[in-house]
Amino acid sequence: MEMVLSAAIGVLAASGIWLLLRPRTFQVIVGLCLLSYAVNLFIFAMGRITLGAPPIMPRGGFIDPTAYADPLPQALVLTAIVISFATTALFLVVMIASRGLTGTDHVDGQEREP
Amino acid sequence: MGTNRRARSRPRFVSSEDFCRKLRRKDTLGGMIEENLLLILVGLPFAAAIAASTVRATAHGAAAWVSGLLLAVGLAILALLHAPISDGQVLRATLRWVPSLGLNLTFRMDGFVWLFVALVFAIGILVLVYARYYLSKADPVPRFYAFLMAFTGAMVGMLMSGNILMLVVFWELTSILSFLLIGYWHQGQAARDGARMALIVTGLGGLCLLVAMLILGQIVGSYDLDRVLAAGDVVQADPLYPLVLGLFLLGCFTKSAQMPFHFWLPGAMAAPTPVSAFLHSATMVKAGVFLLVRFFPVLGETDLWFYAVTGTGMLTLVLGSVIALFRHDLKGLLAYSTISHLGLITALAGIGSNGAILAAIFHIVNHAVFKASLFMAAGIIDHETGTRDMRRLSGLIRFMPVTGALAIVASAAMAGVPLLNGFISKEMFFAEAADWHNGTWLDNSLPYLATIAGIFAVAYSLRFIATVFFGPEATDLPKVPHEPPSLMRRPVELLVLVCLVVGILPGLTLGPTLNLAAQSVLGADLPYKDIAIWHGFNLPLVMSLVALGAGVALYAALGGRIATGPEGPPLLHRLRAQRVFERILLSLTWKLPRLVHRTFGTERLQPQLRLIVLLTIAAGFATLWGSLRQAPSPLATGFNPAFALMWAVGAVCAVGAAWLAKYHRFASVVLLGGAGLVTCLTFAWASAPDLAVTQLLVEIVTTVLLLLGLRWLPKRREEIEEDKLLPARIRRARDFVIAVVGGAGLAGVAYVMLTWPLIPNVGDWFLRNAYSEGGGTNVVNVILVDFRAFDTFGEITVLAIVGVTVFALLRRFRPAPESIMLDEEQAGLDDRTVADALLVPSVIMRWMFPVMIVLAAYLFFRGHDLPGGGFAAGVTVSVAFLLQYLAHDVRWVEARLTVLPIRWMGIGLLIAGATGVGAFLFGYPFLTMHAQYVDVPLIGQVPAATALIFDAGVFALVVGATVLMLIAIAHQSLRTTRMRERDSADTSEKEAA
Repeated sequence: MEMVLSAAIGVLAASGIWLLLRPRTFQVIVGLCLLSYAVNLFIFAMGRITLGAPPIMPRGGFIDPTAYADPLPQALVLTAIVISFATTALFLVVMIASRGLTGTDHVDGQEREP
Repeated sequence: MGTNRRARSRPRFVSSEDFCRKLRRKDTLGGMIEENLLLILVGLPFAAAIAASTVRATAHGAAAWVSGLLLAVGLAILALLHAPISDGQVLRATLRWVPSLGLNLTFRMDGFVWLFVALVFAIGILVLVYARYYLSKADPVPRFYAFLMAFTGAMVGMLMSGNILMLVVFWELTSILSFLLIGYWHQGQAARDGARMALIVTGLGGLCLLVAMLILGQIVGSYDLDRVLAAGDVVQADPLYPLVLGLFLLGCFTKSAQMPFHFWLPGAMAAPTPVSAFLHSATMVKAGVFLLVRFFPVLGETDLWFYAVTGTGMLTLVLGSVIALFRHDLKGLLAYSTISHLGLITALAGIGSNGAILAAIFHIVNHAVFKASLFMAAGIIDHETGTRDMRRLSGLIRFMPVTGALAIVASAAMAGVPLLNGFISKEMFFAEAADWHNGTWLDNSLPYLATIAGIFAVAYSLRFIATVFFGPEATDLPKVPHEPPSLMRRPVELLVLVCLVVGILPGLTLGPTLNLAAQSVLGADLPYKDIAIWHGFNLPLVMSLVALGAGVALYAALGGRIATGPEGPPLLHRLRAQRVFERILLSLTWKLPRLVHRTFGTERLQPQLRLIVLLTIAAGFATLWGSLRQAPSPLATGFNPAFALMWAVGAVCAVGAAWLAKYHRFASVVLLGGAGLVTCLTFAWASAPDLAVTQLLVEIVTTVLLLLGLRWLPKRREEIEEDKLLPARIRRARDFVIAVVGGAGLAGVAYVMLTWPLIPNVGDWFLRNAYSEGGGTNVVNVILVDFRAFDTFGEITVLAIVGVTVFALLRRFRPAPESIMLDEEQAGLDDRTVADALLVPSVIMRWMFPVMIVLAAYLFFRGHDLPGGGFAAGVTVSVAFLLQYLAHDVRWVEARLTVLPIRWMGIGLLIAGATGVGAFLFGYPFLTMHAQYVDVPLIGQVPAATALIFDAGVFALVVGATVLMLIAIAHQSLRTTRMRERDSADTSEKEAA
């Protein structure tokens, strides 16, 4: 599964980077979303793949940390999901406002000069 | 080798406590009182500044009284401190600030500082009295007095600093406040330019000084002033000594207006005269010479010091006096005279013999007294006649005999006429120039240079008196001159009286204080030097007489020609340092950056992003190259065909979304959602249920947001010719390569990391302690709301800021004209059909509302123990609201539901913050949580942690922010409907007409 997951991260990141370099605002937004999936999965993967052992503890008693998934990357990613949502929303609004102001959806606010 | 290296290494930073203890008084009670008095002394001017800033804009009297009284209290404190100071003690007061960095708020006072602080306070009071009558009714009061007092405070703080870093802080504070004071009349271009120039020059000098002090502190091993002052040998032996000296002198010379940095001082003449009088006499420019004298024991007594300091001082002394003679502006003449006198003091500090340091301190005081009175007199002349041009002023003695007499005495002191204070310190300077020898060429030329400067000083003083007060009555003055209010003259009278008394009885009045000051600079074993007027008929007296005679002759010969000549001395007047400065400034801040920007910059986003991506890839490869390798026994979880199949779909979705994002946006959003769902499933698969829940909910909201945004984008059709041309193809191919390299790199790093076994880390601690410390079994949630609650607090604040920003951005939104038109699909249908099209789903969605609220409550309450939590619950509630907006139009929803997102956000932030602050009540740090279980009948054990309250805050904020964004975007359709209606109304009106 390691192979599949890392390939998946690579595909998501590549699609994201390609879109990031496109000239249309909408492409860049979709690119940022894809890139954030890739990065979230990457951070999550730092905790390694643990199957069937979510970090939910019994109440009290001795706890063997190796029997559970690493909670730290999960907490980090949870935060990252919310923040990337906020970023997407902000960028989307900037996109709408810029389109209204400049009349174009090019990232520079004007069409490329030939 | 080892011992050698140890010997060369810098001394370690040691607490200065031991050192201070030696210096502190033995009887602690008296010591305590004096410590507090020192702190009060520094605080007084700042207190006056705060008090003055609160008075009404026209209350001249009140502001001057308050400030003056507080300064008078300062003088009284100084009188109290005189007894221990005259015993030769060094008083210290320390407030601990950043002890680990050796940074304490230490104030110290010895004889030298005492004298200087007394001078600042005394002249400060006189300036206040003078300003009370000088400023016109229209000038805003609080600003002037507050700045003036804060400036006084900064100056006193600089003088009394016992820590060299703190000294630099106060030093920079004087630069900033002098900027504000010089620019007080900011309506005038000259004031703005002068203020800016002063700030840039002295501020740059201050930066040099900061670096010098940092290196000095490293060399000595402490930033404590007393330790630095005692470490002269160590410093001068250090290889970095020339660098320290150079930077230090740059700081002092810029502040004290030494050539070639003198040009800011005449520019600062645009300030109100009380400010000029203060800046030029006791403060600001004197800060530089204060530091030169203060640090003489550390940095002085070397050849380098002598050449740099005395050389610069003599150059400034001579050139300043020459230029002063040729200025037509009254304040300009005085400004160059100040520059010249500062050169004199600098030259004395450079010589550095016992007599020279004494003379330097003496001249600091004398110059402050006569220059303050002269500036005030010049201000009176300007005030009463309306001009400062010496070519227009003439015969004023008939209109203002008292002011005239005072100005004549003061300028005689400036010229160094016997029986006045200026004479004695100048005589001492001549004596040092003539008697002290180290055999260098500079030393040999000192007496001649000093005499030349003396000649010019006599000439410009004479010119000031002769042109302004004597000669025929001026006829074309803007105002008819008369004597000023008598209180405005009082400060001048007092200062001139001091000139006379000190000039006649120097040994009796200032002798002991000056010797004390010199002792505290050079060491207690300095022999007492008697200051007297008459030393017999010796070489300095001859030099003085020559200067007097030749000066009078020079003015008699040149007077007429100067008045008709240009502003500035022959040959030199074309070279304006100010103009050179402006040119350099222009090219550095305007031309050069534009050139660089034109050459290397781009305003286009794509190249910038491409550069960022490439740099990131390069940085990744550079750091990881060679260090990434396969684990010896790689971790492996067995190949799962279902997982692989799922990601095959995910990859197709991602690539498809990328492929279609240009021409088929809707399809792209759908595919993006697909990739998001696969990500979400991966989280669920790999033991991260919390992530899966949150990702799923956020996915919904993001998709809706994107769909709402689609409406405002222009139509795009596939058949654009340009996109198929070669350049576009090349661009796409290049970006494709970048993307593949980046993706492959990330995949490689991820694979290597995934197969290496996990080392024990902080996550284990969280797992072990989540229940015992955080009172919850869902470790991810406990980390978010308890262990790392502060991070979460920051995060929800960001969310709130984004929400408000979205709202603010869209308030002024104007859609593009083509977006206002009805869509092609809607165009042919009437409203009824549109509403009916979604009838069944909309009823279902309406019924879903309570269900989703219950789901949100469920997610929220189980969050601490099982997957869920404030984030998930908040997003769920906002999805519930969202569904209502989707099912009906905006008006329908808002007639039935009142959502106040901004309040949700505010209350959420308040709850989260209050929970954090609540910990203070129990003596814990910010955001310490308390956890406990409570038995509730019927339901059983319920976690009742304060973390739950915090999570409630998170919940409310997430609801508020998400709903605010969605509503803000959704409301845009309302606005377009209104615009469309208005447009159609306009056209029908036109048709009707």
